Amino acid sequence: MKRAEMRIMQHKVVLRVVSKFLIPFILLFGLYVQWHGDFGPGGGFQAGVIFAAAFILYALIFGVDKTRQAVPAWITRCGLAVGVFIYAGVGVATLFLGENFLNYNALAHDPIHGQHLGILLVELGVGVTVCCAMITIFIAFAGRGRK
Amino acid sequence: MLVTAFAIIRIRNLFSVVILTGLFSLLAAAIYILMDAVDVAFTEAAVGAGVSTVLMLGTLALTTNDEKSTYKNRAVPAAILSIITGAMLIYGTLDMPNYGDAKAPIHQHVAPRYLNQSAQEIGLPNVVTSVLASYRSYDTLGETFVIFTAAMGVLAIIGRGRRRRKKENVEQEAKT
Repeated sequence: MKRAEMRIMQHKVVLRVVSKFLIPFILLFGLYVQWHGDFGPGGGFQAGVIFAAAFILYALIFGVDKTRQAVPAWITRCGLAVGVFIYAGVGVATLFLGENFLNYNALAHDPIHGQHLGILLVELGVGVTVCCAMITIFIAFAGRGRK
Repeated sequence: MLVTAFAIIRIRNLFSVVILTGLFSLLAAAIYILMDAVDVAFTEAAVGAGVSTVLMLGTLALTTNDEKSTYKNRAVPAAILSIITGAMLIYGTLDMPNYGDAKAPIHQHVAPRYLNQSAQEIGLPNVVTSVLASYRSYDTLGETFVIFTAAMGVLAIIGRGRRRRKKENVEQEAKT
């Protein structure tokens, strides 16, 4: 898609209305996949991608600058590191609680509860990192070539 | 999928090629669903058909829309090479166990333990999640670091250039 076409796209009424209608549902579906990954298909990775897809759709229709207003650069950059930090932090926490690195049994009194909590936190870390990585990469590509 | 693959090879307009690769990923996701690998199909549909297509389009916006014509005289050696490689790959698959064979090596090692024990040890209905996030959490941590590093690389190569250019523009405007 050429940049001129992208600019034309910002004036397409149908696309704007439909995407505005769809984006909340995409975000909701991303959250559902994130928190429901224990019970059905999906997990942090897929949820992160779906969540980022909502922002990418917004950027395609409304332009990169408006997306940057919604998600400033520092949020995605911090989010990248925060996700990895959550994941590795869970590992270090289990280490301090007297278990092996990333052995979630130590996180709660009941090993199964510990496993649930650990998996939830770890998936959250993956989701945050993936989502921020996708948004960062897309905006780095789409924001280029403009003076 | 075969038709899509041939179309990808033949068509010179890169825009159509990118859309066709997205279609190819979607068909691959459908095949994964038929093989009951729902998690993999989910990932393929979201990443292969969705995000990577958009990223390719973003790259096209930076470069040209049409493929440059390659040297025609390389077609025959390339065809021979790909036929040889394909024949070797097919020969290699002859030794593989049948799809769904319970005696296949992959079903003998740790898979029975995961399937039998994960309900007691982890208590999640989705075994894929418990394998990924608990039994193999080192691997998943590594993958997260890979994604982190990829985004860092993109930022380091093309992400910061824009800001520097902006600064230069501001400086130039200040001078003029």
